[in-house]
Amino acid sequence: MELERTRVDIVQCAKTYPDGTRGLHPTTLHIEPGEVLALLGPSGCGKTTLLRLIAGLELPDEGSRLLFGDTDVTRLPIEQRGVGMVFQHYALFPHMTVAANIGYGLRLRGAPVAEQRRVVGELVDLVRLNGLEHRRPAELSGGQRQRVALARAVAVRPRVLLLDEPLTALDAKLKEQLRDELAELLRRLHITAVHVTHDQQEALAIADRLAVMQAGRIVQVGDGETLYRRPEHPFVATFLGRVNRLQRDEDARRRHVLKLGRIELPCPPVWGDQPQLLLRPEDIELCEARPDVAEAQVMQRRFLGERVQLSLSLPHQPLISVDVDRDHPARAGDTVGVRVAPQCLMPAEAISA
Amino acid sequence: MRTPRQASPALLALTALVALFMLAPMAMSVLAGLLNNYSRGLKSGLTTRWLVEVWDTYGGTVLASLGLAGACVLACLLLGVPCAYALARSRSRWARLFEELLTLPVAVPGLASALALILTYGAWQGLRQSYGFVLIGHIVFTLPFMVRTVGAAFQRDELRSLEEAARSLGARFDQRFLGVLVPAVLPAIVSGCLMVFTLSVGEFNLTWMLHTPLTRTLPVGLADSYASMRLEVGSAYTLVFLLVILPVLWGLQGLGRLMEKHLGT
Repeated sequence: MELERTRVDIVQCAKTYPDGTRGLHPTTLHIEPGEVLALLGPSGCGKTTLLRLIAGLELPDEGSRLLFGDTDVTRLPIEQRGVGMVFQHYALFPHMTVAANIGYGLRLRGAPVAEQRRVVGELVDLVRLNGLEHRRPAELSGGQRQRVALARAVAVRPRVLLLDEPLTALDAKLKEQLRDELAELLRRLHITAVHVTHDQQEALAIADRLAVMQAGRIVQVGDGETLYRRPEHPFVATFLGRVNRLQRDEDARRRHVLKLGRIELPCPPVWGDQPQLLLRPEDIELCEARPDVAEAQVMQRRFLGERVQLSLSLPHQPLISVDVDRDHPARAGDTVGVRVAPQCLMPAEAISA
Repeated sequence: MRTPRQASPALLALTALVALFMLAPMAMSVLAGLLNNYSRGLKSGLTTRWLVEVWDTYGGTVLASLGLAGACVLACLLLGVPCAYALARSRSRWARLFEELLTLPVAVPGLASALALILTYGAWQGLRQSYGFVLIGHIVFTLPFMVRTVGAAFQRDELRSLEEAARSLGARFDQRFLGVLVPAVLPAIVSGCLMVFTLSVGEFNLTWMLHTPLTRTLPVGLADSYASMRLEVGSAYTLVFLLVILPVLWGLQGLGRLMEKHLGT
């Protein structure tokens, strides 16, 4: 199924609710044709508000502008916007069969019956629901419902596909499998899609680019790897993975270093006012205790299956969590050497420009 | 350890006692309607002549009651379902106030509501003399039950999502209301209809005030027979009520369950 690839431009879009709360501060975001963009953030960060503004389920404040391709859709209601939407709990019509659900939009448009049947058949093949066409939603598993919801949304050839936490209603194991399935389906459909989620794994697996949101604002936009490796904002670093917080005393800040045992790591001078630095557990390397590396004591060892998590104690630092290989010999009470590449350190507070 | 299924003997005995206490008056009433002479008991022998007499005198009220209840259900559907939707979607204070007002006739004695109707519309002779006047009274009394039942269903979060899903696919209001929302709350509508039907069939307070000698319903006829005829006739009337109304109610309930199973959410 070939779908239109529409560019989406969100220009200074804001939403203020009648009671005065700001759901979304003026936000500008451009989504390339055929791109899958994830809006990622904790609950209440404004990601759902932004999605509903793009959908046309909410109207933005005065001065906001929303474009699909060359069409200004700012004041168009959802019925005329040409969006396909997959809801959190799928919102399948309970009294209709799978085929009737998928064909609903085409029926509304008065498409010829043969055309309806052809498109429904094509989509049933695409989302692998063959043999289930005449079941009702109540008779389907969670994953099957999700695929019906996706097929129903794309049946009307929408310009933009919107996914509102499409995997939240599933249990953890199924979620991982369906996540990859969904990512693959979106690639095959090659449609411009906006995907809202609070799960960073899900966003990394599905989206081409991520927009991390906090308190009604987009904090950073970029591909997953960039955001993870070079976050521009501490919130992005902490939200997109686990971090250790390392302390710096006045002396260390003045001399632009981080003290790690007897070792001093150099830090950029712009971090002069940063009392804490962030470091990911997997960026810490363990080695034999030697005079030229920091020395740490293993306080606790937790076996987590594919890896082992160690808690290390360093002088003048809180306990540090480290991920090592599951066969690593370190045991609680051992003394180990710690090596950290200075470029792995990240500031813990926003750097004032 | 005792599983919850095995009730204690004391509890069973208490349940049986209460059930017996409740069923005995029904049995006595039915029996009285079949006895030749209630004061002489079973010795006077059984008869169906009271039943025949009731049917001859009051047969019309049975049909009137069923027809009235049917019309009442229809009116509550047409008025109540859209009203329930509007109230469920509105966030205004006026909507809440309207909802309170709507429920008032359930709390206010039927006699008072009926008196108010007579004072206001009693002068319209054409209406006053017709079953329409009784129907209006029944609608006033039963509408809140329909609105409350269906409104609660419309208010569920998944109904909001269903409506938004239909909108995203391009459904106009009439298309999504009739094609998606009403079918999705059908179980609530069915149970609302059953309640309205049942309430209308048994309604006495309002009806007693609003009826004319030509517009009598079954409960009003029942009161008339109790007041003016032998005890056996009144009891036979109760029996007629049970024989006619119970199968209808059971039938409707079965129909409701069947629809729910077929369209189950």
